[in-house]
Amino acid sequence: MKIHIKNGRLIDPGNNLDVRADLFIAAGKVAAVGRAPAGFNANRVIDAAGLVVCPGLIDLAARLREPGYEYKATLESEMLAAAAGGVTSLACPPDTEPVLDEPGLVEMLKHRAKTLNLAHVYPVGALTVRLAGEQLTEMAELRDAGCVGFSHADVPLQDNQVLWRALQYAATFGFRVWLRPQDGYLAKDGVAHDGEVATRLGLAGIPAFAETIAIATIVETMRATGARVHLCRLSTRDGVDMVRAAKRDGLPISCDIGIHHAHLSEMDLGYFDSHCHLQPPLRSARDRDALREGLKDGTIDALCSDHTPVDEDSKLLPFAESEVGATGLELLLPLTLKWALEMKIPLVQALARITKEPARILGVDAGHLSEGHNADVCVFDAEHYGKVSVAALKSQGKNTPFLGIELPGKVCYTLLQGQVVYEAGNG
Amino acid sequence: MRNPQLNDKGELQHLLTIEGLPRETLTHILDTATSFVGVTAREVKKVPLLRGKSVFNLFFENSTRTRTTFEIAAKRLSADVINLNIAVSSHTKGETLLDTVDNLSAMHADMFVVRHAESGAPHLIAGHVASHLHVVNAGDGRHAHPTQGLLDLYTIRHYKKDFTRLSVAIVGDILHSRVARSLIHALTVMGTPDVRVIGPMTLIPAGAEKLGVKVFYDLKQGLRDVDVVVMLRLQSERMRGALLPSAQEFFKYYGLTPERLALAKPDAIVMHPGPLNRGVEIDSAVADGSHAVILSQVTFGIAVRMAVMSILAGN
Repeated sequence: MKIHIKNGRLIDPGNNLDVRADLFIAAGKVAAVGRAPAGFNANRVIDAAGLVVCPGLIDLAARLREPGYEYKATLESEMLAAAAGGVTSLACPPDTEPVLDEPGLVEMLKHRAKTLNLAHVYPVGALTVRLAGEQLTEMAELRDAGCVGFSHADVPLQDNQVLWRALQYAATFGFRVWLRPQDGYLAKDGVAHDGEVATRLGLAGIPAFAETIAIATIVETMRATGARVHLCRLSTRDGVDMVRAAKRDGLPISCDIGIHHAHLSEMDLGYFDSHCHLQPPLRSARDRDALREGLKDGTIDALCSDHTPVDEDSKLLPFAESEVGATGLELLLPLTLKWALEMKIPLVQALARITKEPARILGVDAGHLSEGHNADVCVFDAEHYGKVSVAALKSQGKNTPFLGIELPGKVCYTLLQGQVVYEAGNG
Repeated sequence: MRNPQLNDKGELQHLLTIEGLPRETLTHILDTATSFVGVTAREVKKVPLLRGKSVFNLFFENSTRTRTTFEIAAKRLSADVINLNIAVSSHTKGETLLDTVDNLSAMHADMFVVRHAESGAPHLIAGHVASHLHVVNAGDGRHAHPTQGLLDLYTIRHYKKDFTRLSVAIVGDILHSRVARSLIHALTVMGTPDVRVIGPMTLIPAGAEKLGVKVFYDLKQGLRDVDVVVMLRLQSERMRGALLPSAQEFFKYYGLTPERLALAKPDAIVMHPGPLNRGVEIDSAVADGSHAVILSQVTFGIAVRMAVMSILAGN
């Protein structure tokens, strides 16, 4: 299959390109950028006039809900959502049921994903058995089975000695450990940012320093062990400052934020909107602004969807009892574009946060359109505005605070290794 | 964002919280309550305003006192009253909160009086029910207890007349108190210039000043020259972990004794939402003394709840 994508604006953050150039694809790889290779006969020509052609998006956190939570979503529904969102690579956290703590489970997940062939799936293995925070998992075996890193998902790792040992062991093999910085004791029972809105609504709070205390612990443990750490879902201004300082010190640290935290604050809880029941909690407008700045200056490496499909019944409950999370795979591109527009950031720089940078954190060859490498491609219309609606979302999870909101960016084509896996209808 | 308590015409459809209600609405409720105080003192204590209407007291959290006053208020308005105590959380398997509500709606309820341990539960119900139904929040989590706030407001107006010159101190467990939140909103809407909250730092919520109050950690400082002292019940069942060392120590530093009350204005009134914990937050000498208006609050509470129910039913 040979595909010629013509007349598009090719934005390739991996090669720092933003040019008008055609893309030629053959045998699943990029055959050429700009001029057709000699004797190239396209089986299909895609006219991308007025559209952006960029590497397929890479999402550092998408819960596919398999195994264990198939009533909330299935691998199939969520990978269709990924394709519709222009996402060609995604990392999934280990908080499935059972937990991804055994090579067999990881292999099965990889195999299921491979069969569907809609996106590359990169499992993040559990750092401890059953995420119980006691016994280390067989990290090397899990890596061999396909894990790209190890994490504790959103489950607090309370015992700092276990954290210390886990980082030592991971550092032995050079594995990256993904940690969500939040002190479990300080966050206990909390459901919202400990501030003005939680006080007004009478919701139990999670203080901002639950994050900074955890970052301080992690950073000191990194110094002691030399481990590489990726911090997941920062939420506070002070947290961003601490990561900035740690990077200045040359520590091998990286971090991401979720798309919702780049746009929303505690104020969006309104009258107990359970779609805004997220972890970490939506914090103050000041924190949100610092996250947006940190993402711009590169302190925050990547933006991720933190995709969490939740069934409707689990959201139709009083705020504190409602299940945490929001659907996000199909909003990753629109909310990245919205941030870039509002912050006046060039597209090549903005798209790096959802292509090149997450690829680097995953340690995979993706996020660029270079000759001879995988042709994972997203073709989108940056000028198109569309309303987020239940009907339009492919994900089984319809839970998003952005329902009814108009957002920029419409994915027109998604290609995985040179195959069109998604093609938008007209309209 | 539309205020979920109001209908298309901007009238009060539900009473969920005092926050966001205009002064005129609060005044209208208080004035209506005044007319009902007369009714409750009559030989025949009934008016036919809610005749033929069904009021469901939907209590997901135990409460005898509040449920009883709502029941009396509804009966004096000639409504049919059905009491349901559903003291199980929706965490336990079985019917969800909204399933329960749907079932009762199908029994042709006209009004739900809801108490729930989770903040926001009445909002959820109000957003779900058919448009002819009314929801009255009878206390949700730490969030709001609007009829208590209104009866406190009524009591203060009865004794002090003018809100714009008052100093009011609310003492104790502000963190877990829906009573405090509702009263704070009510007082600030009415233009009270000096509202204080007093308690140890562990019982004052984050950013309390944003509610428009002054925070005091020292009871004696906070009580100086106030016109109204509102003592909150120390809800031991809500206490988790390390908030307080003991009830004894709390009383020693935050309990209201005659000596401490002497720091307030000579004609200060003492209020309490009940039930009292004598010797924990309030000394018996104060609770039974001449400054206390605690039993008046109970009497006014029925008139205020009648006012709320009759106004909602009329909209």
